[in-house]
Order: sequence, then C-alpha cells, then structure tokens
Amino acid sequence: MTAPPVPPVPALPSGPLSRLGWAWLDGWTVARRELIHWIRNPGMVVFQVLWPIMLVLMFGYVFGSAMTVDGGGDYREFLMPGMFAQTMMFGISLTITMVSTDAARGVTDRFRSMPMSPSAVVLGRGLSDVVNSALDLAVLVGCGLAVGWGFHEGPARALAAIGLLLLLRFALTWVGILVGLSVKPEAAAMAWAPLFPLTMVSNTFVSPDQMPGWLGAVAAWNPMSATVAACRELFGNPGLGGDSWAAQHALLLAVVWPLVIIAVFMPLAVRRYRRLDR
Amino acid sequence: MGSTAPAVVAEAVHKRFGATAALAGFDLEVGEGTVCGLLGPNGAGKTTAVRILSTLLRADSGRVTVAGHDVARDGARVRRRIGLTGQHPAVDEVLTGRENLEMWARLYHLRARAARARAGELLERFGLADAAGKRVKHYSGGMRRRLDLAASFILAPRVLFLDEPTVGLDPRGRTEVWEAVRALVAGGTTVLLTTQYLDEADRLAHQIAVLDAGRVIADGPPERLKSAIGGDRIDLVLREPSGVPAAERVVARVTGAGPDTGRDARRVSAPVRDRIGALTEVMRALAEEGVEVEDVALRRPTLDEVFLRLTGRPAEAGGPGGAGAPAAEVVA
Repeated sequence: MTAPPVPPVPALPSGPLSRLGWAWLDGWTVARRELIHWIRNPGMVVFQVLWPIMLVLMFGYVFGSAMTVDGGGDYREFLMPGMFAQTMMFGISLTITMVSTDAARGVTDRFRSMPMSPSAVVLGRGLSDVVNSALDLAVLVGCGLAVGWGFHEGPARALAAIGLLLLLRFALTWVGILVGLSVKPEAAAMAWAPLFPLTMVSNTFVSPDQMPGWLGAVAAWNPMSATVAACRELFGNPGLGGDSWAAQHALLLAVVWPLVIIAVFMPLAVRRYRRLDR
Repeated sequence: MGSTAPAVVAEAVHKRFGATAALAGFDLEVGEGTVCGLLGPNGAGKTTAVRILSTLLRADSGRVTVAGHDVARDGARVRRRIGLTGQHPAVDEVLTGRENLEMWARLYHLRARAARARAGELLERFGLADAAGKRVKHYSGGMRRRLDLAASFILAPRVLFLDEPTVGLDPRGRTEVWEAVRALVAGGTTVLLTTQYLDEADRLAHQIAVLDAGRVIADGPPERLKSAIGGDRIDLVLREPSGVPAAERVVARVTGAGPDTGRDARRVSAPVRDRIGALTEVMRALAEEGVEVEDVALRRPTLDEVFLRLTGRPAEAGGPGGAGAPAAEVVA
C-alpha cells in the first residue's frame, strides 16, 4: 500500500468574516446530508405527507361539523392556519430524533473532533429543518386549498404568513437540538407527547375565549397562538380577535416569541453541543 | 522513541462525573510515530481519557498536549491534527461509502474536487472500492470500521485515537482492522488505542499502559509488561481428574511456577517463559508419567490474569464481554 499524497491541512479561519463563511459552508454540507436522509427514507416522506392531510380531514370534517367559529365564518378556513402552525410544532420531534440518534451513534462526536465550525452542525440542522418544513407547508397549503381554505389578502401577505411559520419552526429547532442532545433516542421517540397538549391549549382548534378563564389565558399567551392568529390576519381567515392583549398584538408576538426562543435556546444548544459531557 | 517531542502528553489529569472519579491522576506519554495500547476493563477510564485527549471533554485539572498543542487552550489546532474512531463506527448509514467520505472531506474543508479525489483514494486504500456505491447500512461490521478509519484519515492526522476499534467484530473483521491500523502506522501516524484485550494491544502496540480506576498502573513495552505478569500461559486439559496431581508436579518442575487448577478440575494452567521449550518438556514428561492429555494450548494471559498480577485483585468489569473475556488463543 503506497500512501497517496495527503491533502494539506487547511488554514484556520482568520477573521470573523471567514469564520462566518466556514459556518455557512459547513452548515450547508451538514444540511445536505440531512436532506439526503429525508429523501432516502420514502416511508418517512409518505408519512410526513399523509399525516397533515389526515389531520385536516379529521379535524376539518369530523370535529369541524360540530364546531362554530367565534365571530362566525367557515371552520376549515379557521382551522388551516392552526394546522400549519401545529405542523411546525410537531416538526420538532423530527429534530429531536435525528439529533439524539447522531449523538448516540457517535456521529456527533466525530463532528466535534473535527476542525469544522462549531456552530455548523446545529446551523445545518436548522437549515435542513426549515427546508423540510417548507415542503410540509406546501403539502398543507395544497390540502387546504382543496378543502375550501384560501388566502384573501394577496400573495405578499400570504408569503409573510409562511415566513412567520418558518420562523417559528426555526426557533423550535434550537429547542429540539437541546432536547435531542440531552435524551437517548428511545426517549426521543416519545418527545412529541408533551408537545401535544402544547398544540391543543392554543387557538388552533378553538378560540381561547371559549375556554375556561385560566386555560384561555394560557392558550392566548401560547407562542403558537401568536403565530396562528397572525397567520389568520395575514391570510384573511376568520376567527380573529379576542380581548386579551396577546390576541390584540398577534403580529408583534408572532415575531417576538420566536426571537425570544432563539435568543434563549440557540446559545444553550450550541453550548450543550460543545461540551457534550456523557 | 526518536528525537522529536512526544505526540501525546497527559499529566495528572483528573475528571469526575458527579461522585465517580473517571480519571484520578492520569499520566501518559506517547512517542511520535508509535502505537500505545491503553488496556483496562470497562469503567477504568479508557473512553474518558480518549475523549479528553481528542478535545471532546474538558478535564477538571491537569495538562494535556496533543500534537504539540494544549487541548484546553488550543482545541481548534488540535482538531486539525487528530483523527478519532469511537466505539461505534461514526459513519452515516443512509449515505454510501463514497458519499460519507466526500462529506467528511468537505467538512475538513477540502474543495469539492479534492474531496472527491481523496474519497476515491481512501476507498481504494481501505479495500472498499467495490462497495463505494453501496449504502453503509449494507456494510459488514469490519467494512464500517474500515470506513470509519478512512474518515479519520482524510487529513492524515498526526495522532489517531481508536477507542476499542475491534469491539463487536468477528475474527475476520478484527484482522481487517488490525491490518488497516498497521498500514496507517507504517505511514508515520501516532496511534493511541484502547482495548480490553491484551492480545490486541500486544499485536499492535509498541507501548502498553494498563489503566485501573482512572490511573495508569503499569506502562512500558509489551515485553516488559508480559514478563512482569509472567508472560504467556500453558493450559492443559487432562482426560481424567485423577491425573491432576501428577500434572501439577510436572508443570511446577518445568515452568518453575505454581500452577492453578481450573474450575472443571481437569485443567492445569501456569505461566511460561520459554514457550515452545516448556510445551515440549511438559508433554514429554506427562507421557512418561502416563498422564493422558486431552487438549493443550499456549495463550496470552487474559486481562483478568493481568489485573490479578498487577493489583492482587480481579478486574472490576461490568457488562458482557468485560475483562473476563478470554484473549484469543495461540495454539502451539
């Protein structure tokens, strides 16, 4: 075995700009891997497409037949922004599963022992999650249009709503990374369980005004409610309003909540990744 | 060990996890271009040591230099010069072998074309060229290990850390990995490998450090360690238990050491120095005494026996395949 020429050891990044370039380049390499994973797992893709369709049909027609929208309007028009946001919330379980599997298999250790940008792995995760969720949303939008949902405020405001949904998803990715680095893969499979009430105690299916007072207050201040309400406003869907301050300032909160989540969880996730003591 | 500075230096390293001290005054020096085998049972601190040396974990105290850089202060520089192969092959099962290496090469900041070329070379070199286009989940254990080694070797690291590189492999897989490691060492790489098998350390290492409860209790060339623990052992299995006293007498006379009689009361075992000489002599004497022998073997001591000699107590192993696992037998 004659040794082939060995590639030179690349220089370390010299300034903040080249460090950022590294983070971006490495992040993209990692994101590509995540997307290949997704594409090569047809079962998962099918499930991921069918799940929201099933939910729309179930909630839209089974429950929807008995539901009235606070302030009037079609229930499925009311429901769809909630379904969009719920899908963003449930996406976090994918993040948790993938991150904890990599950590358990030693893939994360290899990343960490390499001279790559320390934020690239988490950044790549975030990028691929957003791309993945954009595909989710595309399926859901098609599904919504088929059951009578529509956007009535023009494409620009509709895109702004999609942007807010992806912002929420991006923010939740950091929570998912932190949790994924802290639990074993077996536990990760159950991580969606605590998410379920979080998505229910919100304005997704029922207006908080129709709930008991304390529950309504929790639901109104749920970060997810802010995104849902803002989307209803931007899509021109019914079910707006509510008397709480949170409901009145949904657009503002739909931006502020995700930023707060990112500000808190991104440093925690990166820190946890850097010193994975186990 | 040559004139250059040691590739790995650890001085008085301590690391606690809660109430347990994983490392308690760990000292080690590995010369440039040599192989050091870190030998110890489960829980002795082998993996913790490797994780600290490869910058994955911070020590509570002590000083560690790898490839000339301090791991605590200069982790980024250390990471450019090391490779790590952990206990589980850290390869992506969904990607093909080639895609794996190209991805890791990109993360080592090789340009796309250089990454492709390097992936091709390494697949060839580690005997994976035929399987390059197959997804890794269809690889055998030995192939995964070799791919993992290839990934560690993209930049030809100065120091390569192998944490139990052959655990869970069949004999063929082990041989494949050993050959790959030897080839890397021939190219000048310093290797620090952890193992539970004295046999494995003996085959690969220039230096063996025995780890017990977070500190090195014996350190030196394999020959010195082996003579300290009485070298190889002769194992006799007799046809009848009644032959044991005579066999013990013969073995004691030939080897000059007190033999142990085994669990099933037909087994007599003792350390030997002059392997083949002792074997021939023992067999001849037993034939003269009319003791019938069913089986005979020369073998390396097990980790348990090493520990018994060094510490006067058995290795504190946990879990299956622990310190009690026998070293591979060397049949005369």
